[in-house]
Amino acid sequence: MRKPKVIVLRTAGTNCDGETAFAFERVGARTELVHINQIIRKEKSLLEYDILAIPGGFTYGDDISAGKILANELKYILREELESFLREKRPIIGICNGFQVLVKAGILPGNGFKQKVTLTYNDSGKFEDRWVYLRTPEHQSTSAPVKCIWTKNLPEIIELPVAHGEGKFVADKEVIEELKKNGQIVFQYVDREGNLAGYPYNPNGSLESIAGICDETGLILGLMPHPERHIDYLQHPRWVRERHFGKGDGLKIFRNGVEYVKKNL
Amino acid sequence: MIYSIEVKIKEDFFDSHREGLKRDILDLGISSVQAVEVAQIYFLKGEVSEKDLKKICINLLTDPLTQEFKISASLSQQACSAGEFIFVVAYNPGVMDPWEESTLKGIRDLGIEGIEAIRTAKKYVLKGILTQKELNFILDKLLVNKTVQHILAKDTDFIFGNPEYKFKLITVDILSADKKKLREISLQGQLFLNDAEMFQIKKYFEKIRRNPTDCELETIAQTWSEHCKHKTLRGRIEYREVTSNQRRLVKKINNLLKETIMKVTEELHKPWCVSVFKDNSGVIRFDEDYNICFKVETHNHPSALEPYGGANTGIGGVIRDPLGTGLGAKPIANTDVFCFGPPDYPYGKLPPGTLHPKRIMKGVVAGVRDYGNKMGIPTVNGAVIFDECYIGNPLVYCGTIGLIPKDKSFKKVVPGDLIVLVGGRTGRDGIHGATFSSAELTVESEKISASAVQMGNPITEKKMVDTLLKARDLGLYHAITDCGGGGLSSAVGEMGENCGARVDLDKVPLKYKGLSYTEIWISEAQERMILAVPEKNLDRLLEIFEQENVEASVIGEFTNDKHLRLFYTGNLVCDLEMEFLHHGLPDIVRKAVWEKKKFPEPRFPCPEDLNNILLKILSSYNVCSKEWIIRQYDHEVQGGSVIKPLVGINNDGPSDAAVIRPRLDSPKGIVISCGINPKYGEIDPYWMAGSCIDEALRQIIAVGGSLKEVAILDNFCWGNTNKPDRLGSLVRCAFGCYTMAKDYGVPFISGKDSLNNEYKIGKKSISIPGTLLISAIGIIEDVSHCITLDLKNPKNLIYIVGETFPELGGSEYYHLLGYLGNSVPQVNPKKGRRLMEALSRAINKGLVLSCHDCSEGGIGVTLAEMAFSGGWGMEIFLGEVPYKIKNLRNDFILFSESNTRFIVEVERKKKKEFEKELRGIPLGLLGCVSEDRFLKIYGVDGKMIICLDIDTLKEAWQSPLKL
Repeated sequence: MRKPKVIVLRTAGTNCDGETAFAFERVGARTELVHINQIIRKEKSLLEYDILAIPGGFTYGDDISAGKILANELKYILREELESFLREKRPIIGICNGFQVLVKAGILPGNGFKQKVTLTYNDSGKFEDRWVYLRTPEHQSTSAPVKCIWTKNLPEIIELPVAHGEGKFVADKEVIEELKKNGQIVFQYVDREGNLAGYPYNPNGSLESIAGICDETGLILGLMPHPERHIDYLQHPRWVRERHFGKGDGLKIFRNGVEYVKKNL
Repeated sequence: MIYSIEVKIKEDFFDSHREGLKRDILDLGISSVQAVEVAQIYFLKGEVSEKDLKKICINLLTDPLTQEFKISASLSQQACSAGEFIFVVAYNPGVMDPWEESTLKGIRDLGIEGIEAIRTAKKYVLKGILTQKELNFILDKLLVNKTVQHILAKDTDFIFGNPEYKFKLITVDILSADKKKLREISLQGQLFLNDAEMFQIKKYFEKIRRNPTDCELETIAQTWSEHCKHKTLRGRIEYREVTSNQRRLVKKINNLLKETIMKVTEELHKPWCVSVFKDNSGVIRFDEDYNICFKVETHNHPSALEPYGGANTGIGGVIRDPLGTGLGAKPIANTDVFCFGPPDYPYGKLPPGTLHPKRIMKGVVAGVRDYGNKMGIPTVNGAVIFDECYIGNPLVYCGTIGLIPKDKSFKKVVPGDLIVLVGGRTGRDGIHGATFSSAELTVESEKISASAVQMGNPITEKKMVDTLLKARDLGLYHAITDCGGGGLSSAVGEMGENCGARVDLDKVPLKYKGLSYTEIWISEAQERMILAVPEKNLDRLLEIFEQENVEASVIGEFTNDKHLRLFYTGNLVCDLEMEFLHHGLPDIVRKAVWEKKKFPEPRFPCPEDLNNILLKILSSYNVCSKEWIIRQYDHEVQGGSVIKPLVGINNDGPSDAAVIRPRLDSPKGIVISCGINPKYGEIDPYWMAGSCIDEALRQIIAVGGSLKEVAILDNFCWGNTNKPDRLGSLVRCAFGCYTMAKDYGVPFISGKDSLNNEYKIGKKSISIPGTLLISAIGIIEDVSHCITLDLKNPKNLIYIVGETFPELGGSEYYHLLGYLGNSVPQVNPKKGRRLMEALSRAINKGLVLSCHDCSEGGIGVTLAEMAFSGGWGMEIFLGEVPYKIKNLRNDFILFSESNTRFIVEVERKKKKEFEKELRGIPLGLLGCVSEDRFLKIYGVDGKMIICLDIDTLKEAWQSPLKL
């Protein structure tokens, strides 16, 4: 069977590209780190790839606001190519800065390239690196079932690290209701027992403790936590204590994306 | 036309920056500010239509959900109504504005042309009844740093303006200058050259029968600066040592570094040391394919003046060291160690011209955070020391570890290679940084040396790293080095030392016009590297940089004439022989004296309430949790972190050392730690060296490392070593380094010194205590054997490994009681090595579940940290501690800071095996982990002396640094 091909999109200030590619390779994908200039100059095309991954980092220094300048490049320069990519139902994942980009380009939560929600400064007013508990879609409190292709068969609670200064999810009430109704809220920050809780469990003050959302088709996932930083047990902060050897919680997310491509594309 | 755009968070939306500022003002003791507003200002210079301007605001500068914007005509002239103070704080002209480039790009991406330049600023509105004095206090202490910022007056034009430069060759008449005049030339030119050096220069120009140009003098000053040449540590020293019993030792030293630090490495002759003391960082072997390099630098003076920019460029600079090693290493981890004044220091006591320690700390942490995080390099290890001695001179140590392919570990310039400058543009930032670091700070420093301070732009550096590593892997250049202190002058000067170089200074790309040829040559503008490129590879090389928007320019070539020749628009502005430049430094003999001071050993009875003492020590700034700092660093990017800086049941216990995997597909790792304890050095710098090395090695052992492949780095931060007592203590410290490292079998691979850390108030000069930092790096074969400090399970046994002596001199316990004492902790490195090797074997056999070393605060603090990190209590019997104390005192056993000691947790079923493994090593079975949450310690007489629940202990430890 052919190996699904993943483009890990880079530009100035991208910095989680290496480990994101490594995670995809672990689950049987071929990956390529591609600079956005190569796409803009038509040396490469998004359509050569099955999955688009926008990794974490500080693209263009997060100047003005996190992810904004890359978001505008996608929105104003690469729009047509992206629209074709979306039309062909190929999956997209945006992690941390990548999530900020997808949101600010108006690709999440709905396409149309109009920004509906935002990710802004943490309530704590500073960048923080910490591990969080996430309640996964099949166990959400929200009403509608979530159809995200990236999050099938995850345990009820997973652990991943966050590392950001602008991760507070903000949207109008109506938009949040719509996300709930459509089953687009994928991950929520919770405490160890799985209950919604305040800081530091919700590390940034996100409304409804939202850590990740998908689009209506379930193909596009954006999340603030870093699944690529928990693909084996040695990355977990308490592996020495808890000794649950094996794969990390994040790996399954990458596997789901790759499996989807194998089955459907 | 200049457009002013104001963007702020919508009124009804929570603004964390606004809240933070309110807190900071309250912190200053001013409670009359009712409300604050903060807005981001963009000044756009150029011509665009109103429609396009709106488009820029809506589609680029404003977040549609949280922010709103206003386009205003004359922003600086807004009227203040009663009880409302409005001001705009902008960067000074010539200071790098990191947002400029990205905002310009953002506008172009919208398809809008016509904006040619951008500057940003912050607007503040304070509401409340404030006196002018209070207002000035807020401005001065919080909002404006005059070194890099100013309050905008009416005119916004000038922040863009820079006058044209017209070439005029300047020569300096030194041929006719007498001693007084020579001194004046050195002073006025900020050359910081002493009499002997100025005289040597005069002699050289007499020989070639002409006066030097300003550029030649500057080049010599940069090259001969302490920062670049380390002339004190490499120069001749006459050392005299007087110990208390009138024993005298007189020693002539030809080169202190060669006779101590480097001698260890030479004598140990480890096959895994690949390149030491030669390149920009020390290189050791990692595995079959890769080597590891490590360098630690300091950026003290700049951080004292502008904490954010100083620390920011400090980390930016040290990242370029591994990048400039061999043919370039990929940076994989950062370390940082700071020494500050106490954060609660009274404002009224601050010497004039100094910033408050809290502001310095916040600025430094933010500077390291922003640069390290944006570069995508995890900051994994560090330490913070608080002491009043650092009020005028904070210390900022930054380190970077790099991973480099074996076959890319060496460089060689070939004559004929082109000199290619890559990375950021050159501006007036950082002029005289290298020479300025040789000066003592004064109240005037912020004015005269302001240009020595710079702001970094991490994204410029990140782009450069990404592309350089590509070019490296394609083998497109012969050599690389970084532009650090001394700028192009040092970089080109050093690379061309053995062959010669010519440079056309007008080919250097500038941030703005107006720079003279000399300014271009010595600017320390950040994010630049120099490459030696064979002509045949040039096109391919330039293409790689161009593909990712990195600027690269050919500025000259390496020659074969052993001269350094510089041209500006065809005019020769500098022509120096490399031989003179690099070896012409006069041979000066410096005097050094170390006199053993006898500090009184305090006499006092053992306090009744040791609970209270333990809580107070846990709450001391030096012992307490540094989580507030650590969490602000991304310590996990690149995915390789195995033992994180914060560990334990709630991920908040203090890890002894960091372990990372540089290659995600291999179990092999590296362990990083550090040792620093200036208090011991005040008593005896020899034993400070011993303690620092012992501590760094202990931490490596504690997480499961071994001594087999461990290398160390030295960083000496001292006062003015032209004064014999300062130099004397440094020499004694270096002797300590030699003996300890040699007997522990750990080679030095790199190091750096920063001298002249003194602050002058009037005639009085206040020196920092000589502060040695030892950074250690070790290889771990299989990281899955690593352990952490947090207690794992009830009923397990608790041992102490190592002997306790009545060594409380310089301890946290004495400090708490207001004493220094004389009984500084000593080290027996031969015994210590045996102990660490045995314990390391036991850990690697899986016999130990947790391990924590004893350092500041002694056994008491170690036990408390293990307990609250693991969420379990302990029952401990102090009578079982192997001690050498005649006058048995519970407080001494509990808080002595003797070296080479560990507390370990062992499963009952592994008792025999563990004890067998440690046969011959001083060992005490202290007690066990209990099921409740109490730390109970029984004294030597069997009575309970400590009984505290772990939440109380943890609270005491966590509360001081929650800012």
